[in-house]
This record gives sequence, C-alpha cells and structure tokens, in this order.
Amino acid sequence: MSDPSGSNGGYRVIGSRPVRPDGVDKVTGRAQFGADFHLPGLLTGRIKRSPHAHARIVRIDTAAAERLAGVKAIVTAADFDLEAAGEIEAGESASAIRDVAANCLARAKALYQGHAVAAVAATSPEIAAEAIDLIAVTYEVLPHVIDVDEAMAPGAPVLHDDMFTRGVSPRPGTASNVAQRHVMSRGDAAGMLAAADIVVEGRYTTAAVHQGYIEPHACVASWGADGQSLIWSSSQGQFLVRAMTARILNIPLSDLKVIPAEIGGGFGGKTTVYLEPVALALSRKCGRPVKIVMSREEVFLASGPTSGSSIDIRLAARRDGTITAAEMTLRYQAGAFPGSPVHLGCMTAFACYDVEHLSLIGYDVVSNRPKVAAYRAPGAPMAAFAVESAIDDLARQLSMDPIDLRIRNAVRDGAKTVYGASVRSCALVETLEAIKSHPHYSAPLNPGQARGVAAGFWFNIGGESSAAVHIDEDGGATVVSSNPDIGGSRAAMAMMAAETLGLPIERVRCTVADTASIGFSGSTGGSRVTFATGMAVTEAAQKVVADLRRRAAQIWECDVADVAWRDGVATCLDPAKTVKPLSIAALAARSAKTGGPIAAEVALNAQGAAAGYGVHVCDVEVDPETGRTSIVRYTAAQDVGRAIHPAYVEGQLQGGAAQGVGWALNEEYVYSPEGLLQNAGFLDYRMPVASDLPMIDTVLVETKPNPRHPYGAKGVGEVSIVPPLGAVSNALSQIVGRRMTALPLSPVRVLAALGKI
Amino acid sequence: MSRTVVNAVVNGEAVTFLGGGGQSLLDALRDELRLTGTKEGCGTGDCGACSVIVDGRLVCACLMLAPEAEGRRIETIEGLAENGRLHPLQQQFLEQAALQCGFCTPGLLMAAKALLDHTPDPTESQVRYWLAGNICRCTGYDKVIRAVLDAAAQLRQAEKRS
Amino acid sequence: MVRVLTISADVRELAGGRDVFEVEAETVAGLISRLEAQFPGLGHLIEEKMALAIDGEIFQDAPGERLRPECEVVLIPRIAGG
Repeated sequence: MSDPSGSNGGYRVIGSRPVRPDGVDKVTGRAQFGADFHLPGLLTGRIKRSPHAHARIVRIDTAAAERLAGVKAIVTAADFDLEAAGEIEAGESASAIRDVAANCLARAKALYQGHAVAAVAATSPEIAAEAIDLIAVTYEVLPHVIDVDEAMAPGAPVLHDDMFTRGVSPRPGTASNVAQRHVMSRGDAAGMLAAADIVVEGRYTTAAVHQGYIEPHACVASWGADGQSLIWSSSQGQFLVRAMTARILNIPLSDLKVIPAEIGGGFGGKTTVYLEPVALALSRKCGRPVKIVMSREEVFLASGPTSGSSIDIRLAARRDGTITAAEMTLRYQAGAFPGSPVHLGCMTAFACYDVEHLSLIGYDVVSNRPKVAAYRAPGAPMAAFAVESAIDDLARQLSMDPIDLRIRNAVRDGAKTVYGASVRSCALVETLEAIKSHPHYSAPLNPGQARGVAAGFWFNIGGESSAAVHIDEDGGATVVSSNPDIGGSRAAMAMMAAETLGLPIERVRCTVADTASIGFSGSTGGSRVTFATGMAVTEAAQKVVADLRRRAAQIWECDVADVAWRDGVATCLDPAKTVKPLSIAALAARSAKTGGPIAAEVALNAQGAAAGYGVHVCDVEVDPETGRTSIVRYTAAQDVGRAIHPAYVEGQLQGGAAQGVGWALNEEYVYSPEGLLQNAGFLDYRMPVASDLPMIDTVLVETKPNPRHPYGAKGVGEVSIVPPLGAVSNALSQIVGRRMTALPLSPVRVLAALGKI
Repeated sequence: MSRTVVNAVVNGEAVTFLGGGGQSLLDALRDELRLTGTKEGCGTGDCGACSVIVDGRLVCACLMLAPEAEGRRIETIEGLAENGRLHPLQQQFLEQAALQCGFCTPGLLMAAKALLDHTPDPTESQVRYWLAGNICRCTGYDKVIRAVLDAAAQLRQAEKRS
Repeated sequence: MVRVLTISADVRELAGGRDVFEVEAETVAGLISRLEAQFPGLGHLIEEKMALAIDGEIFQDAPGERLRPECEVVLIPRIAGG
C-alpha cells in the first residue's frame, strides 16, 4: 500500500515487513502488562474518590479503617513530600508538579467527581474495598460548573481562588476559571475580514473524549528498607514516572528504579502519573509492595480525557478561493487544573494553509471535570474540525472542488507558520493530490451517501533519547531502547540497527530497558520514537560499525581506511594483503583480542523533527430512522517521510482514523445536573467496534524523506487523528443538508438536524 | 469471604483452585492460576479483553463467577499454541501486523478461534459482527479482519489436505 | 544582530509588553543570557519552557547551536505530544 512513486531507497531491511521481534509474546499471552506483575507479600491498593463534583474536604477520618484487620497502610495528600513548586514536562504542556500531586491525592478541595482523596493498602481486594468504605470523609459541597462557556461566564463557581488569568493585561484582580489567554497573530486579520469578497463563519463545539486505551492504569510499587524503591508501571515514559514520583515523594532519582511494563495503549494518556506516587507512599508506610489497578469506571472518572472545546471562526477569502485571513477564538476545557492544549490548537489550526493574516486567541479554562491529559496530537483535532468545516463551506460557496481549494492554499516548503517555524520537507500538496487521484475520490456514490475530505497537521518532536547496541559473541545484535513500545517500535529499532550493521533482521533483537539500565529518555509520544530513539539506535550501530572496522584493520594489520564495510562483512581494500573477508560473527569471536566487548551507547537530543500532514476522505450514509451514521468507505493518506516498517505505519493511520471517527460520531462525557458522570464505562462511552468500520485504505506518501533522520523517517503516529473529525462532518453535513457544528454527531443530534425529533 | 474448591480443565489440563466471594473466573485465572494472558479491560463484559472459551462457547471471563467453572473445559490464550507451534490465527496476526499494543489481542484471538471453530468460511461482515464484542483502540480493525479471514482460509486448506 | 520575535504572552509579560528584540549573540546560550540580563526571568523562561525556531527550523534544548549574523529567531512554546 505504499505510494509506488516513492522508492524505498534501495535498502535491505528498511521498508520491508518483518514480524516484530516482540510479537510472539503478545499473541501467546506471555507479554507482561502493568497488572500482570506480582511480588511476594503483595498488597492490594484501592483509592477513595470524591462523590461530589466540587467540595471542600473538611475532614478525613481513617480511624475505623485503620482498625480493620488486614489494612496495612492508609495515605492522604499529607503523606506526599512535595518541596518547592516546580515544573515537569508532561504530555501537551508543562504541568506544575503541585497540580499533578494534588490530582493524585486531593489537598483542600475535591475538584471533580472521582478525585482521589485517600488510599489504602490491604492484604486482599475485599479488605481493601471494605477499608475504603470505612474511611469517613466530611465534605462541604460547593456549587460546580462543567461546561467551558459556563465556566468562563461571570458568576461561575471558581475552582482555584489563586487563579488570575495570565496573558491578560492588566492582570485581573479577581480569581476566575480562565487560567491563561494565548494570543497569536500576524498581519491585519480584522481589516482583511472587513474588506473580504467572501466571509465564512461558524461556532463549533466538541465534547471531551477519552483516549480509550483498553488497559486501565496499573502499577506495583515496592519500597526497600534502605529507601531504594522499585516501580513496575504501565506508562509511556519510565523516566517521567520516576521524575514525577520522586519529586512528589521527595526521594533522589537514583533511589527509584522504574521498570516499564508492556503498555496496553496510551495515546498520550499515560504520559503522566495517577497511581505511582500513591502506591509508593503506601508501600513506604508499611514496607510491603503494593499493587494498584484502576477499574474502568475509575479510568473514566479520574484519568485525563482531552479537552472539550468551543470555537469561533471567521475566514476571509477572495473569489478565486485564496484564503486571505482568519480569526479564531478557541476555548478549551482543562479539567480541574490548568493545562489544556489550547495553545497547540492555535498553533496547528492553520498550519496546513498559507494564510497571511491570522488572529488566534486561545483560552485555557478549568471546570469540575478530570484534569485533561495529552491525547494524540493534543489540541489539533478540535481546531482542525472548525477550520476544515469552514473551508468546506467555502468550497461549497465557490463551487470549487474541496481538494483543489486546499491545494490552492496549501503550505509548501519555505512558508512561515504563525508560530515561527518554517515549513520544510513538506509533502502536503503531494498528499492532497494522492487523495485526488485515488480511486476512492472518483468512485460513484449510492443515493443517500456523501463524501467528505479534510486535511490535518502535527508538529512531531525530537528530544532526548538513549540507545545501546551490543554485539553478541555469536555475531547477533541486541538493541537496548529507552522507550516503551506502544505500537511496534521495537520492530523499527531492530530494522534500523539491522540495516546499519548489515545483519539479517532475524539476528537483531530489541529490548526496552528500565531507568537503571539505559540513559535518560523523553517519553514515548509526540511521534518521536522512530525519529529520535531511532536516531540514537542508528548512531549507536554506526559506532559499532566503526569499531568493527577498526578491529578488522587490527587483525589484518592494515589502515582502517582500507577496510570496507558492506552487508555485515568487512573486506580489505589494500591490494598488498591477501586476506579473507571478516563477518560480524568472525569479528565477534575475536572481540576479546581486539579490544574487548563490542558495544556502543548513544544519548542525544534529536533536533530536526519534521512535521506530518494527512488528508482523509470518507463516504458516509445515514439511517433516517435511527440517525445512525455508517462509514461506508475510508481512505487516509499521509506524508510519512519514509516508512521504516510500512505495516506499522499503515496501522498508525488506521488507528488514528478509527479514533477520529469515534470522536466525530459517538464519544462524549455525559454529566448529570449534579456534575456526576453518567457514562463511565464502555457500554455508554461508545467507541468504534469492528462492525462500525469498513477496511481503511492507506496511502503512504514518501516523496519527502526527512533529511535530518538517517533513514528519512518522520513521526507518523499522531497526524492521523486530526483530519477525521472534519472529513466525517463534511460528509454528514451534505446528507443532512446543513452545516453540523457540534460533535459528537450522535444519532440524536442527526435526527434533530433532519427534523425527525 | 468463603471460598470453595473448584475443579476444572484449563487448556487440556486438570486444575484445582479456590474461588468464591464475588471472584470472577477472570480473577481466578489471573490470580489463582497465574494465567495472566487473559486481560481485564472493563470488568463489565463490554470490551472482550477477557474472552475465553468455556465448553466450546465464547464467554467473557469477567461475567462468570469462579465457582461456575466447576467441571468445565476452559480454553485461554495460553493454550492456543500447541506444543510451541503457533495457531494459524496467531501466525497471521503477526505476519499482518494485526496488533499494536497487544492488550486486546488475547481476547481477539480467542474470539476469532471461537468463530472459526463453528464457522470455517465467514464473510468479512460475519467476522466484523462476531468480533464486535472485542474493542481494539489501536488498529482500527482493518488488519485484524484480514488476518482472521486469511487464517480461516489457511485452516480450510489444511482441513482439505488432512 | 539577531532578530528575536515571539507570539508568547509569557515572554511579553516578562519583557514589559515587548515581543520583538534585537540581540547581539553568536550562540543560543549567548542569546539566552543576554535576554536574561536585560529582562530578569526571561532567559530562564526560554531555557525551561520554550523552543526556538532559528531561521524557521525548530530547536529545543540546543544551547550550543550557532546563530548566523542577521538570522531570525522565533521563541515558541515547547511542543510535546501524546
């Protein structure tokens, strides 16, 4: 399914589709996830959670629970040891560690239903559950607010009395729920809008949606008598878990080893901590290991969804379709603590289009809901929903083909984004054209069906990664990666090492190391692992090749410049020497005599990550009786640089598209008037299942490999969730006959739009 | 909590374990028998991550009480490969990259096996509706469906030859 | 002279409302320390919470990166992902 016009550069391994080296464990049940780990003397940890959306915590009485036989420890926020306030990079924005700690165990207030207020560790799940019931918490219930526009309105209940909106001059004197106002602009958008040939406008809303990983959060924490501790955790970043947990419990980093379990989905939602500081605090108190696993209900009540949003947009255009200006106001829910990705929404909103005059204002707003966490291209899908809908309206008004309109306005290399970076290695136009020339785009539609397209963008990041490559004594290789494998990255790491070393892929294995066994790394996320950790792996393998050549030169007593390396074999170019070539196995057998073990470790901060662009087209039809929307056909094209393992790249496009379809059609948080979550389970939080989707065709556009990566890779994991909201809505709006502006496009909303209810 | 002795056959072997007091079959498999390949995704029978086959019938282990396993024949993911040889379903999942994080994979494989055990030649639509009880958040299902259809074809071929 | 621009409200807050600066610097580290000297707290903010687009290309935590004379540096919020 790769774009046939993109060559794979003549590589032996890169671009092929080997079975992933860690695959057998996953299909046999042998792979160990967060809840699968067990230690002798293990206690069960459980968390007591607020039943109120907003309340002052007057008193926590643990006496009765402490007396229950089998209860070994009880903790509250008082058991955390937070020093001075500081910041730790977490998902989409720097989260104050104070807020993370208060989210793990509430301080003075419960800020959402489900907010953790205390935790117990007991000798069995039944005793732990009983102890939770015996903890008596006295609350002073306060008025609450859920919706973002209501939270911004004057007179709304205020969550934090020390929240004075930043980014507003002069600084407000009264506290509010607006944590920050961001402004990004260039040119004179207001003036251009006033003078425009055509103006398109709309207000769009999206609901909060959860990342929906099938594996609930889980960890085991074990405090040692000398203060050295172990955490086994399902997370996207073992170093992040270590940093946050150590900070919250005030222990040195080197005293805490975090082992990354296999992770059952994250999508950004596991780039923070909920359980680890609590479990370790419990273990510290009683000296026994503690396991805490969230129930599915707890995952919905207390772990981060992404922001719901309310967005106003106005686009100005000329009759020929050139978009000349745009104004957008974005209001994103942060949940109970500040830190929504609204600034990223502002930065990505027009990143696909070369629009000279822009004014983007973003508000980060708190309300009584769980603290948001990163979710695949955080902040971008909501903004793209508004932009792609408005562009679709423009195409309709101008009777222009929606792809042609986007090609006319698409960024090309050299264009300047609103946030200051220049566009480079961009194949957006090629991706638009790939969709335009795809059989899907010209396939006839049946009556009652409609087709929608949309584009999307994500930055992708680089950052810190470490990797090691060891040559085994029999000539195979082991790659040690610093990053949890969330989607098959061990395959890509092994492939890049195999390509560089010249070994067959079956001789290269890849393992993910704990915090004590490999250098520091940023989390798995931001579409950075194949790029940055892959860069570290490749550079380590290159160092090994250099070392192997040196050893061959030593054995042959020739100059190292006369040693050629090809396909895993050293040959001597010196015509005066008659020697046989040396394979990696032969050199490995002689390692002790040529300098010792053959290994290299590289730690780097990868710069030069290249952004990704996606274009999706989907056909939908609606059941007029039930309002149910069916996706009839779906094609996702993406500018991927170079696909190291095409099948796993295709998988990222398909998975992101499926999440976007769920976001567009069905997923949302339903709250009662009391601020209580009504659908905290998979039955009523409706994610796409196999019968909801057709096959998802993919097109991998590889015309612009990233020159800053040794094999041309760009991040691919996040872009694919950005276009679907617009693509689905653009199709559905045609069937309904008017612009749909509120997600999800649930059956109830569709029937209302059709005038049926 | 009172617990009873439960005797069952798991993956072809007779086992004895204690179960009771609200413990589900899923809890018993994972905590008593240490067969952690079967996963808990929701505990309410909505996600299918705990799919096992009981007396030939696909069941969510989280919805069955541990003592109900008495006298029953239970198949879990740990028994799908025979003597170290992968089942065609497992092989196809690997070759077609039909898994990413792998958490839903054991449940999906057991559910697919249950389908092919009694419907050896399913259509794409039949596979999709049968697997609608197994939520996957990573793959979008495309490669999963292809892998199941190809495994079905492979099994039919093997059946013809035998 | 390096031209420094930003869209960040945090920078404006520390720089008395300014979002354009002319700074004499040869490396990113030099730029940061000059800005810190002129606007206390600004250098620290850039180091801890911002990335830089140097003539359009994004760099994060790259103090040794050299700056061409007359190049343009844009201070942008750090980007992470999910």
